[in-house]
Amino acid sequence: MPDAAGLELIRAEINEKHDAAVIDTSHDRGQGALIADPGQVLDILRWLRDTPGQEYRFLSSLHAADYLPAEPRFGVHYELLCRDRVERIRVKALLADPAAAQLAEVGAAGGSSRKAQADGDAGTPPQKAQSSLGGAPAPLPTPSEQTLPEIDSCVDLFRTADFQEREAFDMFGILFRGHPDLRRILMPEDYVGWPQRRDFPMGGEPVLFTKDEPDSPSGWPK
Amino acid sequence: MAEVSTLEETAAAAHEQLPGADVQLEPETEVLTINLGPHHPATHGVLRLVVQLEGERVLDLKPVIGYVHTGIEKNCEDKSYWKVIPYVERMDYVSYFFQMEAFCGAVERLVGLEIPERAKYLRVIHLELNRIHSHLVWLGTTALDLGAISMLWYCFRDRDKILDLFEMSTGQRMHTRYFQVGGVFEDIPAGWEEKLRRFIADMPNRVGQYQALLDRNEIFLSRTKGVGIVSRERMLELGVTGPLLRATGEPWDLRKAFDYLSYRDFDFKIPVGTVGDAYDRYRVRLAEMRESVRIMEQALDALPEGPYIADDRKYVLPPRSELPTSMEALIHHFKLVTEGYRVAPGEIYYSIEGPRGELGCFVVADGSAKPARVHYRDSSFVNLQSFRDMCVGGYLADLIVNLGMLDPILGGIDR
Amino acid sequence: MEVVRRHKIRGLAPLEEPAAPEEFRARQMRAREMLRGDLEGEDLERYVEQSVMTTTLEKLFNVARANSMFPLTFGLACCAIEAPIAMVGSPRYDLARFGAEALRASPRQADFIILSGRVSIKMAPIVRRLYDQMLEPKWAVSMGACSSSGGMFSNYAVVQGADKFMPIDLHIPGCPPRPEAVLYGFTKLQRKIMGNPDAGWRSRYNAHGTEEWARGGPASEPTPEESEAYARAREIAGA
Repeated sequence: MPDAAGLELIRAEINEKHDAAVIDTSHDRGQGALIADPGQVLDILRWLRDTPGQEYRFLSSLHAADYLPAEPRFGVHYELLCRDRVERIRVKALLADPAAAQLAEVGAAGGSSRKAQADGDAGTPPQKAQSSLGGAPAPLPTPSEQTLPEIDSCVDLFRTADFQEREAFDMFGILFRGHPDLRRILMPEDYVGWPQRRDFPMGGEPVLFTKDEPDSPSGWPK
Repeated sequence: MAEVSTLEETAAAAHEQLPGADVQLEPETEVLTINLGPHHPATHGVLRLVVQLEGERVLDLKPVIGYVHTGIEKNCEDKSYWKVIPYVERMDYVSYFFQMEAFCGAVERLVGLEIPERAKYLRVIHLELNRIHSHLVWLGTTALDLGAISMLWYCFRDRDKILDLFEMSTGQRMHTRYFQVGGVFEDIPAGWEEKLRRFIADMPNRVGQYQALLDRNEIFLSRTKGVGIVSRERMLELGVTGPLLRATGEPWDLRKAFDYLSYRDFDFKIPVGTVGDAYDRYRVRLAEMRESVRIMEQALDALPEGPYIADDRKYVLPPRSELPTSMEALIHHFKLVTEGYRVAPGEIYYSIEGPRGELGCFVVADGSAKPARVHYRDSSFVNLQSFRDMCVGGYLADLIVNLGMLDPILGGIDR
Repeated sequence: MEVVRRHKIRGLAPLEEPAAPEEFRARQMRAREMLRGDLEGEDLERYVEQSVMTTTLEKLFNVARANSMFPLTFGLACCAIEAPIAMVGSPRYDLARFGAEALRASPRQADFIILSGRVSIKMAPIVRRLYDQMLEPKWAVSMGACSSSGGMFSNYAVVQGADKFMPIDLHIPGCPPRPEAVLYGFTKLQRKIMGNPDAGWRSRYNAHGTEEWARGGPASEPTPEESEAYARAREIAGA
């Protein structure tokens, strides 16, 4: 890995060419990362790939992470590898969630209507999207209304990003502009929701203990 | 009203009407889209392929995956670091030790924990055994797909020997949960070394037997030679690693490049192919089996004495013998088992050379006792992108060969 | 005709009773006499009864079914490596000695399906369709914790037990179960088939079998209520 000083040099060189493309560098536990401006991440990747002396031509991995509750929420990570010098570098692009602003509006409006509903109809099923982080449940905008965070696709630079960007889209809902075939890859085609987001519920069933079994829907009578 | 006429009749009519014309006959072909899988004897798991065929030639190919997507990565966010280990094992279910090593190695680097030498050697031995195990499963099932059914019995006979070794040292045949953050769970029992030495002595003969069956077998050669060639540059573009890349002639192996664990202490070669066809992939994997045996032999000869797990009680369980007498040990044990250790915020990407290529683990720690994100860069997932290049232009039968030689493990692809 | 069983028919013997040594010796003597032609009269009749299974045709069919099952080649995940591959393909845990080595790739030709591995939500309708395509009599074995109950994966992507969408005759616990455990389950399934194949879900739910409607035969026409229900379902699905 380039060390902290090396990272700063790279940052300076890139920022000469593309203004303010690299926002920050980080050198942590032996691994160096460049924090990139999401709009210019392709320029950074191209620079790292093509500049003689850098030549990080192999994209080991492209993955996303959800840093909720920290803002900006989504991070797209590009793990680059230079095989000649056996060096890795990471490029990290942090994306804010455009739906958060939407949610704030909808939440304010929907809270009052939901209260009225709860008073009037005691048997309402629980609202979906119970946040796994706790706190009040928020009515999500439907997927067609929901705006997704966007970033440019690097499939033209690194062909290997094809499936990996589709996975990031499938799991987090990050839209990769310019991807030839962006659709769900792991979940069923018609699935609704972005499973690996932190506010998506884990799913599954609670464990049914024997003492609770008679009360359960399938329960044996006592 | 359309009249169906044969090609000859049409040609004769054309000759009549246009006497000097040069009429060429081409049979009409139709593009057929067929669906292979997800339940199919040859798909090595639940892989679905939508194949466009013209006659027997493959025009286009789309893999559809996700049929064994288990949400392991999301599940891991809910468990303490210790409990994540059995989850990540079950991704690529044939090379479970590699997944454990990727995760434990990542967490050890996050935490800054050094593992003792004996633990490194034991990990290497188990990893190489797992590599041989994975290649045996590959060889048995691929040869089965090609029609060489007896290879299945032979490979699985030897696989049972490896599983016996695993059971003796770790207690389970598969999904052993043997690697822990800090080292290995338990030291190897008495008698394991002798059993392993017998296996090491015997394994090269076995590989020789497999080669005697397949290497110069005319049917096998004609089915695999020149089939599924993808150039080295294309493989690198697609991010393919492992035996698929080495078969094209590129000597890239993470064991030599980033020497992790104790691979620098061992003398082993990286088998490399020339053409990059299916036959080269087969030869590379068989040669890798031999090299793994050599590594294990060297590791066993040089196995150092000492602790098998790190001393740091903040991350490693104290030995059970201390629990009745030492209050501190009891407190540490309690804390580690109930809440687990907390890891300071940070993220790390650590990758190792799995049997199919680069297996990377990305862990984000947020300061709590549970990881905030665990993601695996699975080698089969990325290697699958090269499948289309391998098959387009070839026959349907070659598709089966390529699928076998690709060695996809759907558990790793779908996670 | 009465069913007279030999004491130690494999798979049928009660596992708890050890053979008494005197009994063994007595049988040895009788066998020797038989070979010499010394048994006569009642002794001979009793000997023949004890060695030859006489049975009704139905029970004969059950024995034939149990001892020559054709498994479907079907593996989902880790359990698939342990069995069927390790069991059928390994000389140690040989499934062929039970007569079940003829794996069939086509569900139309298979007798039973081993759900080996976690059933994801994308795969569940496909498994159900495979099961429906199998012809009666058929059995389903849920191998391992994941297909029995979702296993350790209590999350959005795994069906929490294959019971949720298809009837299962036998559950085998383990993660993955040892091949011996699967063989034990298999012998239990064999005993169930030999004893009474209808026991279990079919009689409990008064089910008529789950194969797709075949042309001809008494079960080929749906009842009027059923055809109505099918028409309504087709409407809703917008076929």
